[in-house]
Amino acid sequence: MNGLRRLFKFAPFMAVFLFLAGCGERRLTALDPMGPQSQWIYDNMILSLYVMAIVIIVVFVLFFIVVIRFRHKEGDNEYPEQVHGSTKLEVAWTVIPLFLLAILAVPTVTGQFYLSNTGLEAQEAENEEEVDEEELDAESAEELGDDVMKITATGHQFWWQFDYDFGDDSFTAGNEVYVPVDTKVAFVLEAEDVMHSFWVPALAGKVDNIPGIENYMWLEASEPGVYKGKCAELCGPSHALMDFRLVALEQDEFDEWATAMQEEEEAPTESLANEGREIFEEQSCLNCHAVDGDGGAMGPSLANFGDRETIANYLEVNDENLKAWIQDPQSLKQGNNMPAYPDLSDEELDALVAYLNQLEKLDPETKEGLERD
Amino acid sequence: MVREATNTLQKSVLWDWLTTVDHKKLAVLYLISGTLFFLKAGLMAVFMRIQLMFPMNDFLSGQTFNEFITMHGTIMLFLAATPLLFAFMNYIVPLQIGARDVAFPFVNALGFWLFFFGGILVSLSWFFGGAPDAGWTSYVPLASRDYGGLGIDFYVLGLQVSGIGTLVSGINFIVTIINMRAPGMTMMRMPLFCWTTLVTSILIVFAFTPLAAGLALLMLDRMFDGMFFIPGEGGNVVIWQHIFWIFGHPEVYILVLPAFGMISEIIPTFSKKRLFGYTAMVFATLIIGFLGFMVWMHHMFTVGIGPIANSVFAIATMIIGIPTGIKIFNWLFTMWGGKLTFNTAMLCASSFVPTFVLGGVTGVMLAMAPVDHLYHDTYFVVAHFHYIILGGIVLGLIGATFYWYPKMFGHKLNETLGKIMFWMFYVGFHLTFFVQHILGLIGMPRRVYTYLEDQGMDTMNMISTIGAFVMSAAIILLVVNIVYSAMKSPREGGDPWDGRTLEWATPTPVPEYNFAQTPQVRSLDPLFYEKIHGDGTMKPAEPIGDIHMPNGSIYPFTISLGLFFAGFGFIMLNMENAIISPWIVIAVGGIITFGSMALHSVKEDHGYHISKETVEQMEKEVGTNG
Repeated sequence: MNGLRRLFKFAPFMAVFLFLAGCGERRLTALDPMGPQSQWIYDNMILSLYVMAIVIIVVFVLFFIVVIRFRHKEGDNEYPEQVHGSTKLEVAWTVIPLFLLAILAVPTVTGQFYLSNTGLEAQEAENEEEVDEEELDAESAEELGDDVMKITATGHQFWWQFDYDFGDDSFTAGNEVYVPVDTKVAFVLEAEDVMHSFWVPALAGKVDNIPGIENYMWLEASEPGVYKGKCAELCGPSHALMDFRLVALEQDEFDEWATAMQEEEEAPTESLANEGREIFEEQSCLNCHAVDGDGGAMGPSLANFGDRETIANYLEVNDENLKAWIQDPQSLKQGNNMPAYPDLSDEELDALVAYLNQLEKLDPETKEGLERD
Repeated sequence: MVREATNTLQKSVLWDWLTTVDHKKLAVLYLISGTLFFLKAGLMAVFMRIQLMFPMNDFLSGQTFNEFITMHGTIMLFLAATPLLFAFMNYIVPLQIGARDVAFPFVNALGFWLFFFGGILVSLSWFFGGAPDAGWTSYVPLASRDYGGLGIDFYVLGLQVSGIGTLVSGINFIVTIINMRAPGMTMMRMPLFCWTTLVTSILIVFAFTPLAAGLALLMLDRMFDGMFFIPGEGGNVVIWQHIFWIFGHPEVYILVLPAFGMISEIIPTFSKKRLFGYTAMVFATLIIGFLGFMVWMHHMFTVGIGPIANSVFAIATMIIGIPTGIKIFNWLFTMWGGKLTFNTAMLCASSFVPTFVLGGVTGVMLAMAPVDHLYHDTYFVVAHFHYIILGGIVLGLIGATFYWYPKMFGHKLNETLGKIMFWMFYVGFHLTFFVQHILGLIGMPRRVYTYLEDQGMDTMNMISTIGAFVMSAAIILLVVNIVYSAMKSPREGGDPWDGRTLEWATPTPVPEYNFAQTPQVRSLDPLFYEKIHGDGTMKPAEPIGDIHMPNGSIYPFTISLGLFFAGFGFIMLNMENAIISPWIVIAVGGIITFGSMALHSVKEDHGYHISKETVEQMEKEVGTNG
């Protein structure tokens, strides 16, 4: 009975914890997992909480008994019995924790292998076997290559580059990464300048992007929608603003989007936007920003800028913010590498904004569906 | 009259403190400079909490915030916690083992001044274009020559200088504890604080050497076009992390073990009971020290070292929980059946136990490598290590301050102010850091200077900041208490707490030779043993006679000053408009340092003797005072 009562005492603590957990933003907080990997992590965190609760309860109960029962009383000048220790007790509190830790050690080891299994290695091994056995025809190898989708995520100060590897039809996206829902996606993690760390809390654990080293991870989203991702490794003054978004789409919507991303950029029909396109070229924006497969990679690709949820990974999307950003990016995001364009006239800015806003790749219906969610 | 007799030269107060080699005076120097650094880094923490009070606050810029996180961590670990622990180790350990001083008093002074000038060098960065900004871990490439500013050079050279100080002090403590124990003070009769000091010192020797090597490589990279950590030129950035954490993880135990020792002294005294399971406690300390070197990779679970390495280090990390658990239960059972007096020292020491368990529990959770992919580099980690450092080390330090203050300064700290301070600190601490666990889990990375609205983080950050204010009010109250008590508190005798260990057998103020006659130790808790089985005073192990004492020396100060100049000179190599050639500054520094060393080697110094008569007279005087 006593034990049960203790359990009830503990229940409010859990309730408070869960209440606070509810405060987090959906599709950001790791306490509301939305993919198999984050679910696994969450379940094992709860497991460790339960095991550790045993330790906490034992220590706290002992502690409160001690501080309440064994107080010194006024006028009592006798020394208490000088106990040396107890071998039995020492053995007990050495062995029992060992068992508790063993409970946690098993998922620790299996989980680490589960997390590390991106599927890329198995796929490569399979490909090699294929070569040995059938002397390989190119087509079957390519088919196998489709089993695991692979995206290379490169961290820059302070933005993300996502390279989609579809053989000849590869393309690049900036700051927003689109993935098909319910599909295991492998990420190759790289860094251009300093270390970064790729983290989508609601979907997977983080893995570091390290210059000169390739890292691997995988994630899977169980629900379509827009997930928030963060850079988790200190990377400079604007580290806090290096968020990104992961957009999970139904498979057919994703395919549509990917096809649109592979298309060449076409001159806009509207005249203002067309003017903007000329300014974009005149000001050498293309040196750093691609608008389709071509263009530099110093800055994020703007091929689908019109679909963006934020400007510079944190500003609300509106024309004022975009203009302010173009005129003086430093004041909005300290330490970023984009030069300022303070000399552009209002007309030029209007044209540029009109051009950028019409760079859309997402099907309007799909986009609306995302916003509704 | 007594002072004149002992000091053969009439010296000014300043000169006396600059040249002192007395372990008690050096302890006071450590205490004062450590406290100043602690207040400075604490103030930075308050500024950071103000910045994080509201989403998208613009109190500090991202750059300034990064400089603050770096300096807060660097100062707290290297220049506040370490010297504060050294203060107590210096003052108490020789007394507890019945020694007249440490083994190498000159080296002891050298250690202090090196630490001091190293700390000044790091702090100077604010006046030369900004403090280091790559975090206290200084991960490359952010800290490499391409991305890190001049501040990093101050970090590298400053820590190099202060690191040598810590290293030589560590060696000194090892030799002292092994060689200078009084007759009868066997290893297994040493107070636990001496044991933890010994293990910490061994850890220092093995951990600060890789740090020195790593800093040297980083210095070569930054100043002489080295490429140890430059990717693309044959360098590897992960190597720096390995070197840093091979030092960095033992560093945690370097700091927490002495705190364990302090708790193990305070709890028995105020429970009126001997330490439960002394032998188990000693072995737990040794095992923690040993395992501390086997777990550094748990700071790097997300670096991508592979599942096998991660698993091995994860399990090694979990195993550390067992000796730590042994300690927790032994403290609880020391109090069990005792007669507990809850003054401020005991409040700190006893509340340390549940608080540290909370930090330990999150430690075991963090050890689960795959789940650590969630916790890593989030506020969950920030909460975890502040539970260890504030709830463990700082509570231990505050407790030790209240406990040993009457021995060091002759009067107690005010208990009423002390208890108010304790409760404010304790409440403020939990308010600040408990919510940070949850902040991490809902997606707040660490080291962010701000966060966006509507992420559910606003309220918890506000609570955390309010907690920080309460905690700083507590620290201010502690400072007030020190001043107030200095004026109001009555003088205390040598043994105000009914102590159990040898330091309480000395008179207060402690004479410079500590023990007129080296005591004969007959048991663990020797003074308590004499109170029960003898007449309450230690039996001498030698007849009273002349006491040989070391002379003071200015060379520790000048050697360190020279290294300070040389270090600054190396930093000037990276300055754009240095006023004079850096090589001149380096040369001047080198000449001062090596010149002082040469002079110290050539000049013979046999110290001086305090005559038997003077000792007898001094003993009589303190006898009447105490």
